[in-house]
Amino acid sequence: MLDTSSTDMAGSSLDEVIACPECDALYHARMPEEGARLVCKRCHHVLIAPQKDAYLHVVSLALTTLFLMGGAIYFPFLGISAAGFENKTSVLKTVMAFLDEGFTVALSIFVAAFIIMIPAIRSILVIYVILPLMMGRKPAPYARTAFRVSEDLRPWSMAEIFIIGCAVALVKIVAYGKVEIGPAFWLFIVLVIVTVLQDISMDRWSIWKALERRS
Amino acid sequence: MESSGTQKLITAREAGLVSCTRCSKVWPMEHKTCGRCGGKLVSRDMMSLQRVWAWMAVGLMCYIPANVFPMLNTQVLGKTSGNTIIGGAITLAHHGGYFVALVILLASVAIPVGKFIAVAYLAVSVRRPDMLRNEQRHKLYHFVEFIGRWSMIDVFVVIITSALIQFSVAVTVRPGIAAITFALSVIFTMFAAMSFDPRMIWDNDGRGWPETGNDRNE
Ligand SMILES: [Zn+2]
Ligand SMILES: [Zn+2]
Repeated sequence: MLDTSSTDMAGSSLDEVIACPECDALYHARMPEEGARLVCKRCHHVLIAPQKDAYLHVVSLALTTLFLMGGAIYFPFLGISAAGFENKTSVLKTVMAFLDEGFTVALSIFVAAFIIMIPAIRSILVIYVILPLMMGRKPAPYARTAFRVSEDLRPWSMAEIFIIGCAVALVKIVAYGKVEIGPAFWLFIVLVIVTVLQDISMDRWSIWKALERRS
Repeated sequence: MESSGTQKLITAREAGLVSCTRCSKVWPMEHKTCGRCGGKLVSRDMMSLQRVWAWMAVGLMCYIPANVFPMLNTQVLGKTSGNTIIGGAITLAHHGGYFVALVILLASVAIPVGKFIAVAYLAVSVRRPDMLRNEQRHKLYHFVEFIGRWSMIDVFVVIITSALIQFSVAVTVRPGIAAITFALSVIFTMFAAMSFDPRMIWDNDGRGWPETGNDRNE
């Protein structure tokens, strides 16, 4: 499967060759069977991992993410009550709580970007890119740019880190009073799981190939 | 060059080709942009190491005030007291919150400091490839890339705590200046890890890098 002597590579068309983005090793870009994967032999980077009905899965998971995000922003998130005082907060309120003074504004903007805006933008971009492919149409205008941006934003989408942060904060603040966990908290946990599933179902190589072929 | 079993691997560079790190398509060496995804094509980015060091330096400059200034300001009946990262963890441990103290020390001290050391080591090891085996350096690179973002935990803890603990005049908690410098430090060190070109880890065949005409040197 991986006969990569130099003469062999020189003979094959560049379209049939794939280079490992992490270690530059060349392989024959052969589509493995669904569920099977082409993995780099020396650095173990997953090169190609096609899945059954991948487009459908990715689009529905991205749509789910958007709906969950809407709910997670809207519904009560966490609350605390102590000695007659009560304080409830939503994700949006948490993020926007510090727009009143100096440096904390920057903090609000960062957090809003990491946990709301970037995950939402990524979902929209993915739907924009994959939906036409799913329906067998030509890629949307600027689909390649959209997919590139979506991939570049990936490390900056931090919903999963936020939820662990919530767990730590909860353990910390039980000392102050009685903690209430609202529906948005659970929606956010589902959102994290859906995002992970979406990233697993997405085979970048197949998508790039489809975008190239049909545009 | 590594060989696995009987099969010898060849890199795109050795085959006179340049690979796209975004979409993994290969092009003849003289191509400058990828025709598939529009990404820039650079066979080996010699400048990447300089960018790694530059981001690291800025990250470190933000990390120092993040440890000196308060991460959280607690106001009880008009009296304000600040807690630094380490000071806060010690206070928590005193009150029996060992688990939370441990998580915070891990995310805010162990990971960032470990990351500074690991990225510096990786950048140095490109010039001195005999330091560790390629596989181990690649694993280290992956670990750093994966774990770096998780330092942001403490920033989120601060945000959630401050948003919740607002009991009018009795007790209020607000983020301190260290929260923002710490967030910046995490962001900059993420840029540092992203600037590193992992393909360089595997180039140590003792021949250095022969010029190919598609390297970025300045
Ligand atoms: Zn590889
Ligand atoms: Zn490309």
